[in-house]
Amino acid sequence: MSVESLKAHSVQTAWSQYDAVDAGPTGLNAFLSVDRDGSLAAAKVIGTNGDLSGVPVAIKDNLATLTLPTTCGSRLLEGYVSPYEATAVRKLREAGAIVIGKTNMDEFAMGSSTENSAYGPTRNPVDRSRVPGGSSGGSAAAVAAGVVRLALGSETGGSVRQPAAFCGIVGVKPTYGRVSRFGLVAYASSLDHVGVFAQNVFDAALGTELIAGHDPYDATCSALPVPALRQSATVADHAQPLAGLVVGRPIEYFTEALDPRIRAHCDTSLERLRALGAEVRDVSLPHTSLAIPVYYVLAPAEASSNLARYDGVRYGQRRSADGLREMYERTRTSGFGAEVTRRILLGTYVLSAGYYDAYYRRAQTVRELITQDFERVFADGVHVLFTPTAPTPAFRIGEVSDPYDMYLSDIYTVTANLAGIPAMSQPIGLVDGLPVGGQFMAARFDEATMFKAAAALEYAIAQEGGA
Amino acid sequence: MTTTSQATGAAIDWELVIGLEVHCQLKTRSKIFCGCATSFGEAPNTNTCPVCLGLPGALPVLNAHAVELATRASLALGCAVHNTSIFARKNYFYPDLPKGYQISQFDQPIATGGTIVVDDTATPPRAIRVHRVHMEEDAGKSVHDRFRDATAIDLNRAGTPLIEIVSEPEIHSAADALSYLRRLKQILEYTEVSDANMEEGSLRVDVNISIRPRGQAALGTKTEVKNLNSFSSAERAVEVEFARQRAILEGGGRVEQQTLLYDEKRNQVRSARSKEGSHDYRYFPEPDLPPLVLTDEFVQRQQAALPELPAAKRDRFVTQYGLGAADIEQLIANRMLADRFEAVAASSGDARRAANWMLGPVLAAVNASGGSLLEHAVDPVRLGALIKLEAQGDVSNTAARQIFTMMEREPSEPLTIATRDGLLKVSDDSALVAWIDEVFAESPTEAARFMAGERKLQGVLVGMVMKKSKGSADPKKVNQLLAARAE
Amino acid sequence: MSVTNADVLHVAQLARLAIDDTRLPGLVAELNGILQHIDALQQAVIPADLAARAVAGMPLRNDDTPSVPLQRAREAFAPATRDGFFLVPRLATHGDAGASASSSDAEGDA
Ligand SMILES: [Mg+2]
Ligand SMILES: [Zn+2]
Repeated sequence: MSVESLKAHSVQTAWSQYDAVDAGPTGLNAFLSVDRDGSLAAAKVIGTNGDLSGVPVAIKDNLATLTLPTTCGSRLLEGYVSPYEATAVRKLREAGAIVIGKTNMDEFAMGSSTENSAYGPTRNPVDRSRVPGGSSGGSAAAVAAGVVRLALGSETGGSVRQPAAFCGIVGVKPTYGRVSRFGLVAYASSLDHVGVFAQNVFDAALGTELIAGHDPYDATCSALPVPALRQSATVADHAQPLAGLVVGRPIEYFTEALDPRIRAHCDTSLERLRALGAEVRDVSLPHTSLAIPVYYVLAPAEASSNLARYDGVRYGQRRSADGLREMYERTRTSGFGAEVTRRILLGTYVLSAGYYDAYYRRAQTVRELITQDFERVFADGVHVLFTPTAPTPAFRIGEVSDPYDMYLSDIYTVTANLAGIPAMSQPIGLVDGLPVGGQFMAARFDEATMFKAAAALEYAIAQEGGA
Repeated sequence: MTTTSQATGAAIDWELVIGLEVHCQLKTRSKIFCGCATSFGEAPNTNTCPVCLGLPGALPVLNAHAVELATRASLALGCAVHNTSIFARKNYFYPDLPKGYQISQFDQPIATGGTIVVDDTATPPRAIRVHRVHMEEDAGKSVHDRFRDATAIDLNRAGTPLIEIVSEPEIHSAADALSYLRRLKQILEYTEVSDANMEEGSLRVDVNISIRPRGQAALGTKTEVKNLNSFSSAERAVEVEFARQRAILEGGGRVEQQTLLYDEKRNQVRSARSKEGSHDYRYFPEPDLPPLVLTDEFVQRQQAALPELPAAKRDRFVTQYGLGAADIEQLIANRMLADRFEAVAASSGDARRAANWMLGPVLAAVNASGGSLLEHAVDPVRLGALIKLEAQGDVSNTAARQIFTMMEREPSEPLTIATRDGLLKVSDDSALVAWIDEVFAESPTEAARFMAGERKLQGVLVGMVMKKSKGSADPKKVNQLLAARAE
Repeated sequence: MSVTNADVLHVAQLARLAIDDTRLPGLVAELNGILQHIDALQQAVIPADLAARAVAGMPLRNDDTPSVPLQRAREAFAPATRDGFFLVPRLATHGDAGASASSSDAEGDA
């Protein structure tokens, strides 16, 4: 794998593939808006100097772009075109990438299936009766269907890794602070990350490397130098590339809740890692079971505040009314969908007078315990952790209706958001023809080791004829 | 403040309890969380960007200079500046609050525990404690009288850096409240942290008021009075609200906790809104901003950057210049005046005369011209020279004022003007004798009566000589010569 | 802990959301379902010696840093503007509050 193979996929190829898969009643509905003419024109004049010169990319619709709308999958932002650009998007463009469209998502990134989009669900390219996962389902589907080979998504609790697993591609959530959030429309600021989708580990590492780095417009973005991640993702020694690497197997991620067929694929992957030279160790992350409860306090709390700005005053779709209060209520009530409404109410409740200590403060404390679980394991000499990405393969559209059951789809991914550590998903096998994702997690800012392990496993799987 | 309760007939001695919350705009070029200018009076919404418009995806980044100024103000108020402080979101909906929350500080403010002396003539001097200083962003403006059919929103001011200075509720008179505000404003101006101008809105005052029978430990129910446009309206609002609460309690009623707006024209307070909804600001730590960590070195550097503060200057002026308290208060009212006075006192070598000149002719001239003291044409060196001429008796006080007026128009030295315009005191006998001779020749009747012994006419004749000399004759010498001539 | 209809209506009011009578019972049930799971947090054992995380502190911006320019006029994205102002329905309670007020001068919470 190389930069050249990524560049081989042209904007024109992207459009022919798009025409084949996205449009029509049985199309993927991966895109909310596209810029065919603009991207074709840009492809004609783009040079060849950049790492991504002429490479078509798709951008999740909660990253601010200058030419296409940024709706976040919401009615409230229908037609809203940002007057400024997200840092991650700018960096991709500066590397020569050409944005061909904005991708579908759960409204304001709240969801795990892309069914919560105000513009209809996205279908999984592997099985169109199934969800692609979410909330970045549009970007995952666009990459899985071969429209683009690189796409940006975002994560708050697993919204890149889980759809990557469901669609059979690679999805990366870097360390919190590795990639600027400037221009990423906030859902839960302390958990939000920009992430990358690609068809292989090398491309994902390259994409991560290109969007990473200091940004003076994000106070939570790190000034640490970005290592050459594409190098880390290049398998050098094909015999024992992982010699000396310690892989932790957190026992809390391998309980009864896990589909046994997924468990079997994970076990096979762990065997492969051993064969590649790694030492595999069982480790314990004792507070794992509290991750979903913590997440569903903190994320809605932050969301209730982050989404207060959608009041119809300065931008977005306003519903007129005689009084201000009525204008606010009509705008917000009609603009937000059911899941967003639910989370705003939940978040407002846990922050409200009398409940703050029991919920918000408590959740922050437990978040710290979860973070310390990881720190302890990495301090004890473990380099990366390996787990399943999701407890099940992609489910059918409409299959999961209880909100909490849907939340459990993120049970293995949400911990990395809470701890701020880098994590990624890659294909490790199939169950009934549906992709299964395996997850690597690493210590904060150690994406390099994570990509090294992921690239080696990908190589081993390919050697044996693919996942 | 004793009145008779209607209910019991007994006299109740009511104690007034005031707490002050002062919002002060920090003098930075750009806003607290974005690079937009803080300049005043621009076209609506032109000083705005993705951050201060609260656009989707925009993030705040704290202005370092705002932190420096907030630290300096806190140190000048004698507060402890904390190594770690936390920004928090205060959530509420209002159309001039773009994000639906204000970024402020809540349970970990930048500084706590200072004092402001409100009366240093008392022994010991009476001081009010400052509870806390916290940093926050300002809201925009809602303009209600621009259009008939809509409220207009201007977000130019949204994101202007503020500090909020909160006193302990331990002010017990309108006079002390006024003194607290004046001293606070003076400190903010001295430290050049803020323009601290209530008319322009760079200083805003909210007053919390409650009353209780003197001796009672528990505080009464408080009200908060807003919309105060000047210190004097704050003082009047305190008195009006004190009377209102007293009347309610003495009538057997209960004070309702609420926000009141002061109506300057009618000199009364009224409820800020008809329906008192529930307040629940749902404060939580701002996830977009890590904690603000200030090192001891940083705080020490800000301490070292502080100028001499009013209290220290007051003490020094007493010992160094021996001036009266009232003059000192006027001279230290602002730093520029105090500095200018000191320069004039040094160049003239006469602090007393320097004070009189600064507080009299100089301030009058500056006020009349509408200019700045700093740019006044009579610089301290020339003014010092003029004061020296006056002190040595070379020119009369009247002449000195004439010379001062000339110096405002021309760059000449005072001695040059005095010589040219004949304003030096003339004590040379031959010149004085010649003027007396002329006066005697022009007014022979008065001269004859004087020579015949009508001594009370001497004053009239001196006046004529003074007039003839255009004020330059030394009146003492003229008197002597006239007396000698009559003998 | 669980929420009542009144609790949900109260937070909806704080969040400026209007909850339909027909939607209310379902929402209350959904929120209680979620809160029941969240209650697991109350069982967590918090070590007495849980140390506060050492904080690096936030990066600051120089006062002269330029702002991010708007590449599209406010009028292009705002629902209602006139003479450069954003317009909102007239605030009745401020009818005689003077020329201009704001949430920081007068009362917040519209
Ligand atoms: Mg305040
Ligand atoms: Zn701005």
